Amino acid sequence: MIARLRIPGVGDPTLLVLVLFMTGLGIAMIYSAGLVDVPSLATGIWVRQLYWFGVAIVALAVTSRFSLRFIEWLAPWAYGISVFLLILVLFIGTGPNGSWLELGPGRLQPAEVAKLGTILMLARVLGGAPGPYERLLELWKPAVITLVPFALVLLQPDLGSAMIFGALLLAALYWSGVPLFKIFLLASPGLSLLLGFNWIAWGLGFLVVAAGLYVHRLFVLEAVGVLLANVFTGALTLRIWDSLADYQRNRLLVFLDPDIDPLGAGWHLIQSKVAIGSGGFIGAGFANGPQKRLAFLPEQHTDFIFSVVGEEFGFIGVTLFLVLFAFLLWRVLQVASSMDDRFGSLIAFCLFAVLLTHIVVNLGMAVGMMPVIGLPLPLLSYGGSFLLVLYAGFGIVQRVAWEA
Amino acid sequence: MKGDNEHRSIRKQRGRWAARAIFFCLSIVAAGFINLQIFSTDLYTLRSSENRLRTITVPAPRGTIYDRHGRAIADNVPGYDVSMLPGPRDSISAGLDRLADRLELSPERRTALLSRNRDRPGEALVVRENANFEQVAFIEERRPRFRRVVVDQRPHRRYPAGPAIAHMIGYVGEISQEELARPEYAGYESGQSVGKAGLEQQYEHRLAGRDGIRYAEVNALGSVVRDLGVAQAQPPVPGDDLHLGIDLDLQMYADSVFPDGMRGGVVALDPVTGEVLLLYSHPTFDPNAFIGGIPLNLWNALREHPDEPLLDRVSMASYPPGSTWKLVMSTIGMKTADLAIETYHADTCDGGLWYHTRYFRCWLSRGHGRLNLSEAIKHSCNVWFYQAGQRIGLDPLLAGVGEFGFGRATGIDLPSERSGLFPDSRQWYDDRLGRGRWTEAVVWNLSIGQGENEQTLLAMAQFYAALATGRAPVIPHLVRDEMLAQQRADWTLDLPEVQRRQLVDALARVVNEPGGTAYGNRLARWTLAGKTGTAQNPHGEPHSWFVGFAPAYDPRIVIAAVVEHGHPDGAPSLAVPLAAGIVDRHLETLGLPPEDAPGVRPAEALPPRAGG
Repeated sequence: MIARLRIPGVGDPTLLVLVLFMTGLGIAMIYSAGLVDVPSLATGIWVRQLYWFGVAIVALAVTSRFSLRFIEWLAPWAYGISVFLLILVLFIGTGPNGSWLELGPGRLQPAEVAKLGTILMLARVLGGAPGPYERLLELWKPAVITLVPFALVLLQPDLGSAMIFGALLLAALYWSGVPLFKIFLLASPGLSLLLGFNWIAWGLGFLVVAAGLYVHRLFVLEAVGVLLANVFTGALTLRIWDSLADYQRNRLLVFLDPDIDPLGAGWHLIQSKVAIGSGGFIGAGFANGPQKRLAFLPEQHTDFIFSVVGEEFGFIGVTLFLVLFAFLLWRVLQVASSMDDRFGSLIAFCLFAVLLTHIVVNLGMAVGMMPVIGLPLPLLSYGGSFLLVLYAGFGIVQRVAWEA
Repeated sequence: MKGDNEHRSIRKQRGRWAARAIFFCLSIVAAGFINLQIFSTDLYTLRSSENRLRTITVPAPRGTIYDRHGRAIADNVPGYDVSMLPGPRDSISAGLDRLADRLELSPERRTALLSRNRDRPGEALVVRENANFEQVAFIEERRPRFRRVVVDQRPHRRYPAGPAIAHMIGYVGEISQEELARPEYAGYESGQSVGKAGLEQQYEHRLAGRDGIRYAEVNALGSVVRDLGVAQAQPPVPGDDLHLGIDLDLQMYADSVFPDGMRGGVVALDPVTGEVLLLYSHPTFDPNAFIGGIPLNLWNALREHPDEPLLDRVSMASYPPGSTWKLVMSTIGMKTADLAIETYHADTCDGGLWYHTRYFRCWLSRGHGRLNLSEAIKHSCNVWFYQAGQRIGLDPLLAGVGEFGFGRATGIDLPSERSGLFPDSRQWYDDRLGRGRWTEAVVWNLSIGQGENEQTLLAMAQFYAALATGRAPVIPHLVRDEMLAQQRADWTLDLPEVQRRQLVDALARVVNEPGGTAYGNRLARWTLAGKTGTAQNPHGEPHSWFVGFAPAYDPRIVIAAVVEHGHPDGAPSLAVPLAAGIVDRHLETLGLPPEDAPGVRPAEALPPRAGG
């Protein structure tokens, strides 16, 4: 029935309805998150999300009307504006991490806008120049396109969002058909950054990379470059660690053992697990979660919204949401797969990657399988900029499906 | 350049992998949820409860203490306790600062509270017991400022008759560190109330009951959000009630008639059962002042007052018994020295008697003339009893007195009873005065209740009760209890009934015949029998004593009263009217029909009793 809806620009009505439905559920959860016994920021904030919902629908309607060629023309502008905003926010940013721009009645998070801008720019560059990717140097354009917003977001500092740009680049390259080994080489300095904590681990990683380079017989210059990059980042690890803010370091450490700081950095993790675990099979019922109610659960309307779901709807509710998310992801992937146009297909796949990363990181964090990295849960977490950007993205995806 | 077809096939393959990635990633996340919500839900449900529930002790109401007519001597009224929930030290400290003025917390109290919080950081801290309404209102009106503060309604002790019953009841107060260390207070926690003296202490374990537990739900800041009510808690078990033999009315009467500005005590027993009908000490204090912590200045004033208001003069003080002792002498003399009621001594009383070079006086300087035992009791003649003591001899006297339990505590159900004093052997004198540095003349002093002879009111009442009834001596007890009423002391009077009756007659003559030392205080309706006493003491005017019982031939009450320095020369003896008034009032309360002709009914006039 849904599939028979004909709205100009909307190529996948099922996906549209799914997105709207999940946003509605999200607003209900934000409403519940605000029902607490102690004065909280979250109280009544669902109304603001409702306004943003309205704005986001308009954005979706607009972007679904743009033809793909127009969007392709628009891409550099969008990317340019994104970078401009990211630079601007470094100087006049407000909020706890200085990551917001005051904008008339609302606030805008340039990092979210930049996700869309970068997606469009990557799609344009990679969509227009297909293959053969024999040399790593051919990838300098997408690398630079990603590196600029990545660095700017890292400067805010917002480690979680910065990671998303890395994921975006990998996803775009993957979908463009770049050989997996080359993607691995490109990512290897990042891997070295992680392994750099331990010289033996780093050494092993370095040998694997070197062996790969030998087997694949890359150009000498490139091979040397990759190896040098690995040495460089491996050596950088401890320096970066030392330069991290205490809270960031703690977040990574408590992931290994939340009890080292149960009242500080471990608090989020412990309380989220307590809320979800105490929800049990059927949960405490809508609006009734005691952990949330008594404000034990922090950030219950943003990053930890799913802990409210877990506490109030139990495992049954969690399963339902997981199925919805899986369906959503699958649907977006379908759009990407069914589109022949490389530009449109890449946009859909990048959106898929952003969604998947957000969902996995956010849910993994809620159940304590991931460090506390502040990434919102798509469509559920409170946050206007992210919703707006997602909807604009979904609008383009609808257009992609329409033109397929 | 790769062709579009080639690109399409790569994408198709990679799309399948991407779809598997969805499944793979979400499955891992789902495993996390299964772990938390299915396998570990019990653990996290418990942690959730621990997170949000704080236990608050619900004190059990102490048992009510009733008098013999069912009137409350000690009961409970709702009071308000202000406590602070556990939390970081600085926030407790800051909270105390904010409360200090209103709750009248002294700096010492504040220090004590902080140190208790250091010792037991996980417990709610009782900041103030029995806060008044204004203090509670102050906190409730400023709730957001006092998030950590809980106000609990708790039962608080009340003593409606206050000072009239202070010494028997004692008081309750916060358990001290020393008490906490003692085995009988195992299971008590600091901050709890505990009986500190009197019956409250004696029957602590019966009165205390068992505290209950209440849960309060707190939020992440540790502020109380809501009370979960009694339903989820373990309700407190109230303490057992106590029913006393005390007559509250009589107690208040004694309080009202006790001579103003004097010190002393009075105790009355049921001579048959040993139930204490009255136990009053003067000056007294208001035990209500101790509830919720007595202010330090009041406590010091009570402790340092020269009249020692905290001292229970019935069970904790002993006095030279004076002439009331003469009945003890008479009994021992009849048993061991062949004294009889008609016995006259060689020397008549002409105001005193020479012991070698030392002159022992009678209280009546012109002398009593020639007297027998009965008249010697009636007139309380010292000279007669000097000779009686001489006749008994020191060793039999010391042995005989010991046999009657003097010098040992009576065993009343009070925590701090003191025993009287009486030498148990010649060794006693040797130890204290040195061998050869004392003479047999001590017998003379002992004979008239002076010298090395100090007795408690309780011991005297116990002896007179045995004399009045001829039965085995009762154990004085405050709580009405069949078992206690059956108990008897481990000694007996062991006096032939005829002789006992003769002594009772003599005691009746003291009060009811003209010339008797208590004739002025005879009762209109009943025959009061008893002995006055005037006890010389080194502190001032003689103490005034009266020990007696009534009705003389069917005793319902035995009474012992002392008024310190209550018998100055030439003035009436204050203890006698006090005791007589109490006896009269008690017999009236009992509804005892008045005797046709109160007075002495000499044993000789009665038909001889079989086996008497």
